[in-house]
Amino acid sequence: MLFYVLAGVAIAASLLVVGQRNPMHSVLLLIVSFIGLAGLYVLLDSPFAAVTQIIVYGGAIMVLFLFVVMLLNATQEEMPARTTIPVKIGGRPLRVGAILAAVFLAEIVWALTRVARAPIAGGEAVAATVQSVRQIGIAIFTTHAFAFEVTSILILVAMVGAVALAKRNL
Amino acid sequence: MDPVLIAQIGVILFTFVMLLTSAAILVLMERKVAAFLQQRLGPNRVGPWGTLQPVADIVKLLFKEELRPGAADAILFTLAPILSVTAAFAAFAVVPWGGTTTLWGLLPEPVPLRVADVNVGILVLFAITSMGIYGIVLAGWSSNSKYSLLGGLRSSAQMISYELSYGLALGAVLLLGNSLSLTDVVNQQAGHWFGFVPRWFVVLQPVGFLVFMIAGVAETNRAPFDFPEAEQELVAGYHTEYSSFSFACFFLAEYVNMVVVSAVAVNLYLGGWHGPFPLPEAVGGLWWVAKVFALLFFYIWMRWTLPRYRYDQLMHFGWKYLLPVAVLNLLATAAAVLYWG
Repeated sequence: MLFYVLAGVAIAASLLVVGQRNPMHSVLLLIVSFIGLAGLYVLLDSPFAAVTQIIVYGGAIMVLFLFVVMLLNATQEEMPARTTIPVKIGGRPLRVGAILAAVFLAEIVWALTRVARAPIAGGEAVAATVQSVRQIGIAIFTTHAFAFEVTSILILVAMVGAVALAKRNL
Repeated sequence: MDPVLIAQIGVILFTFVMLLTSAAILVLMERKVAAFLQQRLGPNRVGPWGTLQPVADIVKLLFKEELRPGAADAILFTLAPILSVTAAFAAFAVVPWGGTTTLWGLLPEPVPLRVADVNVGILVLFAITSMGIYGIVLAGWSSNSKYSLLGGLRSSAQMISYELSYGLALGAVLLLGNSLSLTDVVNQQAGHWFGFVPRWFVVLQPVGFLVFMIAGVAETNRAPFDFPEAEQELVAGYHTEYSSFSFACFFLAEYVNMVVVSAVAVNLYLGGWHGPFPLPEAVGGLWWVAKVFALLFFYIWMRWTLPRYRYDQLMHFGWKYLLPVAVLNLLATAAAVLYWG
C-alpha cells in the first residue's frame, strides 16, 4: 500500500518535472521525486541508502541546481515558437537524443525481463549488506574497491575539468 | 490502552511543546542578555521581569496583516516558511534528550526520552537539515525582490560551504562513538577518566567541537555569520517581504534550529544527560537542559559581542581554514582510533 503511494508520488513528480514552464518548479518537483524514491528505499529495509539519497541528491545536488536556476534568473522558459511539440524533428541533437532514449528503453526492458525470470540468489545476505552501514563500508572498500576507485577518479576528472573550463587563466 | 504506548505518545507531545516553549524562552533570553550586554534593562513591562514579553510579541505578530507581493510566486511564497519550520522541528525528532524513565515507578517498563531512535540517526539529522535550506532559498527567490534574492543566494552558498565542515566534524565523533545513533554515542560518554575527568568526547575532540560550533553558527545563520539577513546591506534578507504568521514561522525556525544545533552538540561532545556527578532521577534531566542552555547563552553572547564578518571573509574562512582543519581532524581521529582502538 505504502509502496504504491510512494511510487505514485515519485512517478507523478517526475512527469510534472518535464511539464513545468518554470524551471524553479521543475527543480522542486525533482526533489519531491527523489524523496519518494528515498521512501521506497526505506520500504526495502535500507535506511542508509534512503538517507544518502536525500543528503546527496535531495540536499547537495539540488541546492546547486537551484543556485544555477536562480543565478540565470530563467523565470520562464523561453520557447522559440509557441508550439509545445517541436515541428522540426530532423535536428542533429534531437536525433542523437532519440537514439539514446531508444537504447535506454531497450536496456530497461532487457534488465526487467532478466530480473523477473531469475530468482534473487542469497537474498538474505544481500539484505544484511544493504542494512548495516558497517557492511556497506566493508563491501565498498574490499569487494568493490576497484569500482570505488574508478568512480573517484572519474569525479576527480570532472572536477579538474570544471575548474579548467571556469578559469581560463590559472 | 497500553500505558507504555501512552507514555511514548506523551514523550512525543512533550518534546514538541518543550521545543516551542524553549523558542519562546530564547526570545526573552536574547532580549534580556542583549540588554545586559549593552547596559540596558531590556523588556520589563509585560509580566514580572518582562517574562510575558514573548507572548506579547507572538500576539502582536499574529494580528498583523499577511502581505504578499503582487509579483511573488504564490505557491512557493506560501510553501517556504512551512518548509523552514517543518525541517527545524523534524530535525529534533532523532535527538534524544534523556535516558529512560519509569515516571517514579508509574510505568511497568522504562520509556526512552526521545521521539525516534533511528539507527542512522545522525545522517537523518543531516538530511533534514539540508532540506531546511530550501525554505530560505525559496523564500528568497519567490519574493521577487532583489534583497530577498541576494539573501537567499548568500544563505544557500553559506550553508553548502559550512555543511561540509559540519559533516566532517560529526564524522570524527562517529569514529569515536562507533555508532550512527545519537543514543549510543551519548551512552558511551558515561563515567569518568582517572576518577574525575568526565568521559565526554569534547576532551578527545577539542578541535572537532570548535569546528562543529563554528559551522553550527554558520548553518543557523546567526551572528557573526548572519549574512542572509544583514540589515545594512539587505534590509532583512530572505524574509524581507514576509509579515505576520509566515514571518513568525521563519523566526521560530531560527530559534528551533539553534536549539537543535546546541542539543546535538551537547549529545555528541558534552556527554548528553550524563553530568560530572549524578543527580537524583527526578531532576536527572536537568544536566541536559543546563548544558543546552549554556550553549544557547553562548550563541546569544557571541551575537551581541562580535561584529558581522564580510561575505568574502566568510567564504574564505569556510573553505580555506575550517574545511582543511576538519579534514585533518578526521584523519587524525581515524589514525588514533586505528592505533589505539
